[in-house]
Amino acid sequence: MANNVKPRVRVQKTATKGEVVEIKTLISHNMESGRRKGKDGKLVPRSIINKFTVTFNGKPVFSSDWAPSISANPYMSFFAKVNESGEFAFKWMDDDGSVYDSTAKITVA
Amino acid sequence: MKTNWKQITFLAAAIGFGACMFAANADATDWGKYQVGEHRSGYTYMTDESRAMQNDNFQNPGMLWVEQGAELWAKVDGKAGKSCASCHGESGDSMKGVAARYPVYDQNLGKLQDLEQQINYCLETRMETKPYKWESDEMLSMTTFVSYQSLGMPVNVKVDGPAAAAFEKGKAFYYERRGQLDMACKHCHEDNAGGIIRANTLTQGQGNGFPTYRLKWQKVGSLQRRFRGCNNEVRAKPYPYGSEEYTNLELYVKWRGQGLPIEAPSVRN
Repeated sequence: MANNVKPRVRVQKTATKGEVVEIKTLISHNMESGRRKGKDGKLVPRSIINKFTVTFNGKPVFSSDWAPSISANPYMSFFAKVNESGEFAFKWMDDDGSVYDSTAKITVA
Repeated sequence: MKTNWKQITFLAAAIGFGACMFAANADATDWGKYQVGEHRSGYTYMTDESRAMQNDNFQNPGMLWVEQGAELWAKVDGKAGKSCASCHGESGDSMKGVAARYPVYDQNLGKLQDLEQQINYCLETRMETKPYKWESDEMLSMTTFVSYQSLGMPVNVKVDGPAAAAFEKGKAFYYERRGQLDMACKHCHEDNAGGIIRANTLTQGQGNGFPTYRLKWQKVGSLQRRFRGCNNEVRAKPYPYGSEEYTNLELYVKWRGQGLPIEAPSVRN
């Protein structure tokens, strides 16, 4: 599914000031490790997402480096404290240079 | 002789402890809808983590295939200029209960049809396009999407009437030893369910969770892929996808889990 990469994000729409919210993300990607052999006996070249970053209103809140042992269709969830309304911006960096992104808005009442 | 109370108390305690152990072994867990009589869904053998993945639609990677299936459902293809939605409606609601009753005996074709074969039949005769390859992304997306419409409905396959012959053949296959290891399906899934085979927990081999997202496969797979894997592991030559033998077996295996809820796409390790 490397040619059909689609990020999915779930963040609650509203929160109270200072609330800790759970953020869930999933991206469809086959995360080819580069250590598997194809039918012809040759190594299948590595093709993974190697970095995942999240910013809130431009400020970084979460970032992680991914390695070949991460499963296909990686799911990642984390918690963040929100003090103001704003927008989470998610970025997944692929080995081939492409960047998949998604955003989610949250309103602090 | 003076009664040795100390010893008796110890003995009583030992018996009590033994009874506790026995009770624990008998697995008193109430599995609710995931258990019908003695039949337990593969869900009950998984780890808590795998179960959590399946329970949360967002976390369940199998839902990616459901989404792709929904896109395919509405895609017009072939000479007839139709999509699945042209005949069966846009939402896929009409597919409710289909996964619970397939495979079915088709009077016109005079054979047992499983879901994959029925989808390809529609593609070829109604839409007049190329059939999907078994285990291709398209086929898996479509079967997962269709099966998902029956989520939670009890398995209810028909094994009498014209399907009886196929059912008997499937049953014979289940109990027939095969391969260099000389093992039948029943040796693992009937006699040793709950045991460990290498690093994996053996289940009763129910078909209600398929197509399932298997963590080892890193993708969704069909019941027949599982059959081929099992046959390979007992060092037998697997039958091809869609063969009569496997379709009969599919009916028999589904029947063994009669009443268990459809869980597609389930998550299994």
